[in-house]
Amino acid sequence: MIKRDPDLLLQSAPLLKQKLSIPTAMRDVLLALLPALLAGIWYFGLSALLVVVVTILGAMMTEWAFTPKHQRSMALSDGSALLTGVLLGMTLPPALPLWMAWIGGAVAIGLGKTLWGGLGNNLFNPAIVGRAFLLGTFPIAMTTWHVAAGPDQFFNLYSSTLALPFMQVPPIPQGTLSASGGGIHLVDGMSAATPLGLMKFEQTGTPIFSLMFGNTAGSLGETSGLLLILGGLYLLVRRALEWRIPLAIFLSAGVFTLLLQQIDPLRFPDIYFTLFSGGMLLGAIYMATDPVTSPVTPKGAWIFGIGIGLLIVLIRNFGGLPEGVLYAILLMNAATPLINRYTQPRIFGRSVGRSAK
Amino acid sequence: MGLLSLFSKSFSHGVHPAHHKGQTEDLAIQRVPFGKRYVMPLGQHIGAPAIAVVSKGQSVRRGELIAKPGGFISTALHSPVTGTVTEITPQRTLDGALKEAIVIEADPYSTQRLETTPPTSWEKLSLETFIKVIQQAGIVGMGGAAFPSHVKYSIPEGVQIDDLLVNGAECEPFLTNDHRLMVERPQAVIEGTEILRQKLGAKRACIGIEQNKPEAIEALREQLAQQPERPITLSALEVKYPQGAEKMLVKSVYGKEIPAGQLPRDIGVAVNNVGTIVAIADLFETGSPLIERVVTVSGPGVDQPANLLVPLGTSVRDVLRFSGALNDKTREIIMGGPMMGFPIASLDVPILKGSSGILAFTETETARPPEYTCIRCGRCLEACPYFLNPSRLALLSRNRRYEETTGYHVMDCVECGACSYSCPSNIPIAQLIRTAKDNLRQHPVQDAA
Repeated sequence: MIKRDPDLLLQSAPLLKQKLSIPTAMRDVLLALLPALLAGIWYFGLSALLVVVVTILGAMMTEWAFTPKHQRSMALSDGSALLTGVLLGMTLPPALPLWMAWIGGAVAIGLGKTLWGGLGNNLFNPAIVGRAFLLGTFPIAMTTWHVAAGPDQFFNLYSSTLALPFMQVPPIPQGTLSASGGGIHLVDGMSAATPLGLMKFEQTGTPIFSLMFGNTAGSLGETSGLLLILGGLYLLVRRALEWRIPLAIFLSAGVFTLLLQQIDPLRFPDIYFTLFSGGMLLGAIYMATDPVTSPVTPKGAWIFGIGIGLLIVLIRNFGGLPEGVLYAILLMNAATPLINRYTQPRIFGRSVGRSAK
Repeated sequence: MGLLSLFSKSFSHGVHPAHHKGQTEDLAIQRVPFGKRYVMPLGQHIGAPAIAVVSKGQSVRRGELIAKPGGFISTALHSPVTGTVTEITPQRTLDGALKEAIVIEADPYSTQRLETTPPTSWEKLSLETFIKVIQQAGIVGMGGAAFPSHVKYSIPEGVQIDDLLVNGAECEPFLTNDHRLMVERPQAVIEGTEILRQKLGAKRACIGIEQNKPEAIEALREQLAQQPERPITLSALEVKYPQGAEKMLVKSVYGKEIPAGQLPRDIGVAVNNVGTIVAIADLFETGSPLIERVVTVSGPGVDQPANLLVPLGTSVRDVLRFSGALNDKTREIIMGGPMMGFPIASLDVPILKGSSGILAFTETETARPPEYTCIRCGRCLEACPYFLNPSRLALLSRNRRYEETTGYHVMDCVECGACSYSCPSNIPIAQLIRTAKDNLRQHPVQDAA
């Protein structure tokens, strides 16, 4: 029997590859975020779901529009735009008008990523750019918080959700509310201050239980600390997390808070509150660890994390804003190239480090 | 267990590919039957090609010298079979290039008995004579580089070798040829180690083995127990790629870093592969020059994996015919290990002194997943055992900014491939770095001075 030789390929070694790829890495992060996201939707109802969906749409549509045609399918399938959309969505107030959410998603990708040259080239975390833009542009809508209503009122839509672009929130038309039982209701919602707002402006703490389980006012994906931590542990098991960054953030913010407490225990919040309130967990575990915008070296990761932790506590306690995670990460993002430059390890067998990036 | 420390020794960084050695690690070495045609390229080692000392039509005996060293950094060639020299012409070799080679047709009626006599007992040889004997026996580094061994043993004035390090790490996945040698011929390993240790004047010798070879460690330990007077120890190393790279191995075993641009001997260490050690033991036992070697045939593309003792010059086709051939799924054949080996374009190329494995891979391994942009995740930086910045080097190489890569010490790269392995964006980092290095070799950067 004559057997033909196989048509041999000439691909260069190594032929072995580890399984992790960009899409699976993105999928891991999305999976890790899912419980906290679902909890947010559970607490804040249909509005929260719509806000996230529209943010994702804004991000994906922008990615599609600004990507050359032949790269579109890959750019969209790598999951990075989806992840940006989800992350941004989770930092938004649940009653944010949908058109603002869409703009947020579009800006996150457009200004946060595409403008820099696409995935891998941006200096700042796209989701945070989107949120910073929204915060600066629509400060009132971005700081109107509502009580977590719980699943009984899932179908109650905040009236602001469907607001038209650049319009006042329309009064709820009489009569459309009456449908009892099923169906979607428009409600005004009960506005409330976030735990950080309470702390900042009224010096009132929030019990740790509420912070962990998410039934407080706040951004829709930030409130349930426990699930965010669980997601982080999942990433840790999957080896998809630069664990040094969140650890450094928690340590530096924690130590700084303890020091402040020594000075004035009444004025400054305790350590649990610092670590589990606001955007701390979401920011530290999921946003600061974005590989593109964080240092590549382990030493750099520690510096980066410590910087963020200090900045968060500084902004929260001495700045004008109740929350500082956003700007802390942005500032340290900007410092990343510098950190990379000065933390290059020594090359094997040489007395010098590899040249800076 | 005194010899095996609980905390395994290792170097920093590196990767952990699945070792895939299960297919062949328990298969005893089999001798491949003699075939018909043998191709011995004159330049199958690093350095100057050998010079043929036979002519067309001449009959040669197995083990007879057919080419003499072409210089100091060069070594001899011997006929792998008894037969007739049919031609001395350029032949295709592993990389596809035509290289001058001696083609020998085996005598089908010959018994292929090896009629060599061992050189005078090694104890009596001076180091200079020893070096000459090694060169005349054509012994090279068997780990893959095929660097003439006698050059390594020519220690310059003033350099003292304290430690002989035997490389039994075999960190390349799939390959089990060194492992089988250690399991089946521990006596030869120890004997060769002792010969070399005494000749080089080293105080101690150490055999470094990755921990995934307990059988080999056990076999050598038993052998050593019988000769407790020999200052030879075993070192169990962490299973990590590239544990078998010379400088990594020295770091793992002795905790010492060899400065860039220097050799192990500069810190008083000589490193030799297990296969080389066994070749030296054989030389002094039977007088056999280097005319055959152990080759692992494995990979998902072969139905019947094996560890084979193959006469040099045998074509890959003949080896595969013996070991149960390729299956229909084969898409690529790699000579050597899957991390650092080279693909071959044809089955009609000869097994050389440096060929440690024939690995057949299928669609699954060769499929190139879509390449994404670098997201600066830093995985390649954490993989590189030399602490280089592979992502940066790859980017510069892709943009053809080869000169700039020297500033990032591109030439320190040993092309182990750990960076490509670790890249989640599927960027062929190692290949891009190879491109840069190759370009720099061809067009060296002029120093500003």
